Amino acid sequence: MYTQGLDAAGREPAPPDAASDAEREARFQARVDAEEKIEPKDWMPEAYRRTLIRQISQHAHSEIVGMLPEGNWITRAPSLLRKTILMAKVQDEGGHGAYLYAAAETLGVSREELVDQLLDGRAKYSSIFNYPTLTWADIGAIGWLVDGAAIMNQIPLCRCSYGPYARAMVRICKEESFHQRQGFEIMLKLARGATAQKNMAQDALNRWWWPSLMMFGPSDVDSKHSAQSMRWKIKRFSNDELRQKFVDFTAPQAEFLGLAVPDPELAWDESTQHYRFGSIDWREFEDVLKGHGPCNRERLEARRKAHEDGRWVREAAVAHAAKRAATARVAA
Amino acid sequence: MEHEGERTDGWALYEIFIRARAGLDHKHVGSVHATDARMALEHARDVYTRRQEGISIWVVRSADILASDPADADALFEPARDKVYRHPTFYDIPDEVKTL
Repeated sequence: MYTQGLDAAGREPAPPDAASDAEREARFQARVDAEEKIEPKDWMPEAYRRTLIRQISQHAHSEIVGMLPEGNWITRAPSLLRKTILMAKVQDEGGHGAYLYAAAETLGVSREELVDQLLDGRAKYSSIFNYPTLTWADIGAIGWLVDGAAIMNQIPLCRCSYGPYARAMVRICKEESFHQRQGFEIMLKLARGATAQKNMAQDALNRWWWPSLMMFGPSDVDSKHSAQSMRWKIKRFSNDELRQKFVDFTAPQAEFLGLAVPDPELAWDESTQHYRFGSIDWREFEDVLKGHGPCNRERLEARRKAHEDGRWVREAAVAHAAKRAATARVAA
Repeated sequence: MEHEGERTDGWALYEIFIRARAGLDHKHVGSVHATDARMALEHARDVYTRRQEGISIWVVRSADILASDPADADALFEPARDKVYRHPTFYDIPDEVKTL
């Protein structure tokens, strides 16, 4: 997407004009305030560029690592239809990773560098994917809750100030809706099934509810990047606002399923017109982020193995292309 | 010469353009990495047309695109700003004149 390759003319970048960085930053902020989109070749503060690279690449990594917990159930999906749906969903996640890496690349970082950061453990990805998928109901819970939380986060990103990120998010949000609905439908089938199936759905909700709430990130008082990101219109709503919205949307859906949200404090508050909910165990969140979740090691090992196992394919593709180009030259 | 972001390992970045329906222009949708144009086409098909988003794909090596510099925007586009007479609404035509 409007890649760094567009500088191909080999021209030197325009010489710095007389404007100081402070003036340029003021002009930049004025454009952002006026809801103008920032495009790759426009001047931008270094910190804005760094923030976007960090956020977009973490987002891309999350899509790629997110293929693993669901991929775990492709061979054991309960029917051929469920299997084809799950394959389509996992393929989408790979596609989302590809759109996002491409958006990050417009900021002057290479995909290889970003992938290396993931594989050597320097980069973070969403904490949620370090939890295991123990039963088929987990696939339902992930679609309904995890993709539901992701949509809540991602819809405002469609209006993000950085053009390539916003455009990637528009495409992603269209596809996420299928993910969430297929997940809810799995939960619905189980909730209306035999007792064992309903118990399985309840167990999945019990395990995925709190980690899903953690997906919105630390509470506003502890969120270190929030204020600046809001000023730059990378972020439009605070973590706590989005989390509240998610609970407000999801609690009635759980009720419809006849399943109990594992939070004794969850209750509708007539005065605020919002659900009240219990406090989140932030120690668990921090632990998982630091690498001590149930599956952190397994996920990274799986990614490293896939990368290594794919090496010969990447090399063979280069050799094949070179050979074909040489043949074409001879024929010409 | 080697360009910023240009890969040196035989892979290159390609920009992808898709025609959604007959009668519409090809539109830029994103980019993919590939070893040659044919692979770029195959990847573009998988990445950008999983839901019938297109009936035709163009791929162009990113390095082959020459893009204008935002710093030149004034020099390039400002001269068109004061030429309002290029628009049909510039001309006052009496109401009684029809079909003009």
